[in-house]
This record gives sequence, structure tokens and C-alpha cells, in this order.
Amino acid sequence: MSLSRKIAVAGVYEHPTRFAPDKSMYQIMAESVRGALDDCGLTIKDVDGLLTAGMGMGPMGIVGFCDYLNLTPNYLDGTNIGGSSFVAHTAHAAAAIHAGLCDVAVVVYGSTAASSRFAIGTGGGHGGGDPCDQYELPFGPTTVGAYAMIAQRHMHDYGTTPEQLAEIAVTMRLHASMNPVAKYRDLITVEDVLASRVISSPLHLLDCCIISDGGGALVITSAERARDLKKKPAYLLGAGETVRHAARGRRDFLEIAAAQSGRLAFERAGVAHKDIDMAMIYDSFTITVLSTLENLGFCKRGEGGPFVSGGRLRFDGALPINTDGGGLSSNHPGMRGMFLVIEAVKQLRGECGPRQVKNCRTALVHGTGGALGTRHSGATLILTNQ
Amino acid sequence: MPQQKEPRAYRKPLPHIDEENRPWWEAAQRHELYIQKCRDCGDLRFHPRALCTSCMSSRTDWVRCAGGGKIYAFTVTNQNQAAGFRESLPYVMAWVELDEGVKMLTNIVDCPPEQVKIGLPVEAVFDDVTPEVTLVKFRPAR
Repeated sequence: MSLSRKIAVAGVYEHPTRFAPDKSMYQIMAESVRGALDDCGLTIKDVDGLLTAGMGMGPMGIVGFCDYLNLTPNYLDGTNIGGSSFVAHTAHAAAAIHAGLCDVAVVVYGSTAASSRFAIGTGGGHGGGDPCDQYELPFGPTTVGAYAMIAQRHMHDYGTTPEQLAEIAVTMRLHASMNPVAKYRDLITVEDVLASRVISSPLHLLDCCIISDGGGALVITSAERARDLKKKPAYLLGAGETVRHAARGRRDFLEIAAAQSGRLAFERAGVAHKDIDMAMIYDSFTITVLSTLENLGFCKRGEGGPFVSGGRLRFDGALPINTDGGGLSSNHPGMRGMFLVIEAVKQLRGECGPRQVKNCRTALVHGTGGALGTRHSGATLILTNQ
Repeated sequence: MPQQKEPRAYRKPLPHIDEENRPWWEAAQRHELYIQKCRDCGDLRFHPRALCTSCMSSRTDWVRCAGGGKIYAFTVTNQNQAAGFRESLPYVMAWVELDEGVKMLTNIVDCPPEQVKIGLPVEAVFDDVTPEVTLVKFRPAR
């Protein structure tokens, strides 16, 4: 990819709030922008590109946010492909900067999903007006249910067990215990996961991400400019994005967008799986992680169950993932892709304290938006500090 | 717990029926199930749409399905806050693969949830939920 190593994430900020009934979505977003600019030493006057998406925004929400912050950027991208949006935005911003459309782009997200009491996973599905919705919404699909069907099919085809899925949730909680701002920090066991109530079979309550408020922002600029800023840059090596859906009724549902976006990101980055020191994998549900790791090629299809077992995904394991505690334990305001990029950058800088992955030089980020079992987007990034 | 009054109106989401999908919904009202086949390249597709997704031809045949299929994937839904569904828990949502080769999202009915299995042979049943709308659901084949 011609922009490899030429663009960097220079500043990041994760809003520490997990419950903010006193703040608006726009306030959380604006505080996040300020935080990310402070992180790298730039100011709002330097920003000439803006990328955002949000669950609480209208279709022109990006314009409303520019009004709120009195911005008149030269580049706008309001792409909303669900929770993976900010992962895709990172690549879009890089392309825009590389093409000369802007110099300093901010990617921002904020949400009051918890204090506004959004039933994200069990509120009766997304959308409503698209042709495909007319053949789905009458039957009561929920977000969790659409993922649960993938888990059921994976268990049927490959003998994947509830215990194997539960270990993912246990690992995320271990990581959250080392993250002071994580929402849930008390350790849990596989037995705890299996004893929690079944929300949509075979997924238990503790197989599901939490709901929190939150927000975050990224500052993206040229590698050249980033090198003079406050923090060690995280360079973009490669990226990919795509979608999977019912494919006119003919889809193999265990093949997900990550298979394509991941292949593109690896090819464009010119690195191999063995080069990845840690990964941030969207964990809306435990099955999301297992399926994504398979489709990204970290293990073969069907081998995800054994692959996620035995501590491999721990911060001190062979493939550390979601060291912040993930959506399963740290935060999930509805669209978690933002936090995947933030934590990957912090790991590449060595800022993660007790949960720091040793010798972390290259990180992979994969966001999923929508639902694996109906339709979804996938966006992959590979970042390095080298 | 106070006794829940039976809701008078049908509260679950209803499809938006337009010129493009109307023949399909009218067939469902007659208790018939159709998929589309491209008259030019022969590709099968569901849900209905005006153009073939393989060759973009507008020439379409409607193929009547026998109604048989197998459960491809399912979930027993125990939690859904949405109106209409919260009163019908637990219910089974499934992708059914028709014998003709396309998958449909649907509900499995007339079957205890614990007996639903992937691969179970099923047959279409037509649920006239309102005077205008009939939903195609599936039950274990008899």
C-alpha cells in the first residue's frame, strides 16, 4: 500500500466515563477531541479533517458536530458502518491525508448508551427500512440472537464448546482488572459465565458485551508531522474493509467480513500473522472473537475453540487480545471500534502499565459493525511503532 | 404478577410492502412460497428484488417452492424488549435452508425450543398475522 508508514495515529484519548447522565453525546465527543489533541500537542486550530459516526446522531450528525465545535474542516467523512466505523475512518483519514485533502484529521465518537438506556443487544434489531429488513424484522431478530446463530452453527459443525467461548470472557475480565477505568473489574471464572442466564442460546449474559457510556478520539496526520509531536507515532501499515450479508440467500455464514478485510490488510501491510504482537478484536460477544480470529487467519476454520483456550489470548499469552478488557468488561457504548484503535496505539507506545504486552511492535485491529448472523461490516488495520 | 391482558392489536413489526416485493407477499397470503430465478443466468435469489445480483438482468421468473427445508442455524431467544416479542418469549429464530437452496430468516413454531436442532427437516407454515400480511414460518416436517 503506497501510504504504508507514511501516515500515523499521533494522538489518542479514551474518555474515562462509563456513566454520564449529566453529559450530552456532543459534550463527550468534544472532550474526547480535546483529550486527543492534548495527547499529541496539537490544537483545534490544526484540525482540518473530521470523521465521525454515532448511534445517537442523525444522518447529518457530522455537520451538527461541526456546528457544536465551530469547525469548518476541509475533509468530512460521516461513514456509518456500525461499530467498525472508526476503524474504517482511520484508513479513510490516512488516504485523505496521503492524497492531500487534509493534514490533521480527527476521528471522534461519543455515546450515552447506558444513561439513555439503549437496549443495544436485545432491543429488537437494527434498521427497518431496507428491503432486507422486510424479510427479517417480522421474526424478531436481536443483535445477540444474530450472533448466537453463528455460535450455534459453529458448535454444530466443529464441536466448539460453551467453555471455550467462556474463556474469552474470563480473559477479557482479567485484562479489565488491570484497567482502572474498566466498568467491570472483579475476576470471573468459566463456571460464572456458564451459570449466568442464557440470553439467546447458546450465549449467556457473560458472553455478551456490557453497555456503558463513553467516547474517544484519534488524531491522524502524516508520519513526518507526527514525529515532531509529543508521543511516539503509531504508523499505519495496511488496512482493509468490506461487508458480508445474506448474499441473496446463499451465504456460508461462518465466513465473515474479516476474511476479506484481513487478507487485504495483511497483503497491503506486507506482514505475516507471526509478526502480530497483539490484536484488538471487536468483542461484542465471545463468538465474535472466535469467529474473527479464524477468519483473519490466525487459526484454521473450525479450530477457533482450541485456539482461544489455554490462555493464548491473555496479555502474557502467545496472541494477546483486548488488553483493555474489551467490550465484554471495559466499555461498550454501542460502537466500540474507537477503543480498539486507542488501546492498540497505547500498547505500541508502551503506555499500558500492568497489562502492557512485552516487546509490542506490531498490532492488528479488527472492528465488526452490525451482526455476523445477518449482515455486518468488517474493517482491519495493521499498525506499527517501527 | 398481574394478569397480562391479551394485546388486541398485532404489535410486532410488519413488512413494508412495495411494488418490488408485492408479488411475494401476495403469494404468501395465498399460502404459497416463491423465490426468484434469473431468466438469463439462472441464478436463484431471496429476498425478492428487481434485478439479478449475478448478471443484473431484469428478466425474472418466480419459482414456487415446495416448502421443505432444513434448519441451518437457530437461537432460542429468551430476551427481547421490543413490543410484541417481549410477550412471546422464548421464541426460536432460525435461518432455514430451503430444499431449493436459499436461506430464509424465520421462526420455528409448533416445536418445543429444546427440540430444535440444526439439520432438522422443516416445512413451511403460513401465519396470517394481519388481514394484509402472512408470514412464512416453519415447523418440524410431518
